[in-house]
Amino acid sequence: MAMLHIVNKSPFEKTSFGSCLNHAKAGDSILMIEDASVGAIKNSSFSNQLTSALTDKKVYVLGGDLAARGIDKSRMIDGIEVVDYAGFVDLTVNNETTQSWL
Amino acid sequence: MVNEGPYQHQSADSALNFARAVLAQGHEIFRIFFYHDGVNNGTRLSVPPADDRQIQKEWSDLSKEHDLDLVICIAAAQRRGLMDENESKRQGLDADNIIDGFRISGLGQLIEGSIESDRTVVFGD
Amino acid sequence: MMATKKFMFVNRKAPYGTSYALESLEVVLISAAFDQEVSLAFLDDGVYQITKGQDTTGIAQKNFSKAYKALGDYDINKLYVEEESLSERGLNKDDLMDLVWEDEDEDWAEKPSIIMVNREQLSDVMAEQEVTLSF
Repeated sequence: MAMLHIVNKSPFEKTSFGSCLNHAKAGDSILMIEDASVGAIKNSSFSNQLTSALTDKKVYVLGGDLAARGIDKSRMIDGIEVVDYAGFVDLTVNNETTQSWL
Repeated sequence: MVNEGPYQHQSADSALNFARAVLAQGHEIFRIFFYHDGVNNGTRLSVPPADDRQIQKEWSDLSKEHDLDLVICIAAAQRRGLMDENESKRQGLDADNIIDGFRISGLGQLIEGSIESDRTVVFGD
Repeated sequence: MMATKKFMFVNRKAPYGTSYALESLEVVLISAAFDQEVSLAFLDDGVYQITKGQDTTGIAQKNFSKAYKALGDYDINKLYVEEESLSERGLNKDDLMDLVWEDEDEDWAEKPSIIMVNREQLSDVMAEQEVTLSF
């Protein structure tokens, strides 16, 4: 069963994002919403961790949250996909379960 | 499930946007359960500045439009002063403050909703 | 007759500083009435919810740690605790409350409810769940 992991915390402030990456399985999907969207940027202290997650998991970011925090899509780590709320809904449909890392 | 109140935390906005997208795609929402400070999404006494969003009213309108079951947890609501008319009378209080479209009920509604729904999504802090 | 699902309550926050731990426990207790397959996960700061020796007299809050001991009576007896979360915090299994349940099928033999797992094992258990509630 594939799981959609929803993260809403900045990896620079809380441990939730790191904990999510430590527990997500190969084939799972990770969606960054709210403050977690800042984790999508390249060349940060967190980007190596997220890049290695991309080897066997899919990573998505909610575009509205990213834009609201002033991060242009061109600054994102390669391989991260931008979705809107409709895409968020699709992710919950296409994964059997969801877990929110609050 | 929505665990945070409006304005303080983005989770209420996210949940509202998500719910709209779910409905727009023709899916059914069995129930939305408001827990912890999330019960504050159901007050009708909120008066945000004119240029700000009106989160409680937006829930209420969405509920009317799509006949949604919006449930506020009674235990969390009692702690935080969210009352419907019946509960207010039962507690001997002089006012109630719940907005149209919400109802107050027990935590069993959250478990039941999770059993009956194909997916459960948690919004919180 | 309602379906039976695998429910996991994920606890990642310390008690008292916020109300999440207490209000999560309230849901767990209610879930017992629905005959579901319920388990709890304690990881990250969630491990502080079940440490022994909690004394709240200095903070004017109710000490609800004893309520975890009642979980066994409700047939909630799968409490997964992540070893790495304990060791990262300078804790070990001996710092946790002695949480047990009585096995009806074995003449009410007392058995531990706490299941120590490492990070990978906990990930496996999480992946098996049908409903994951976090607070």
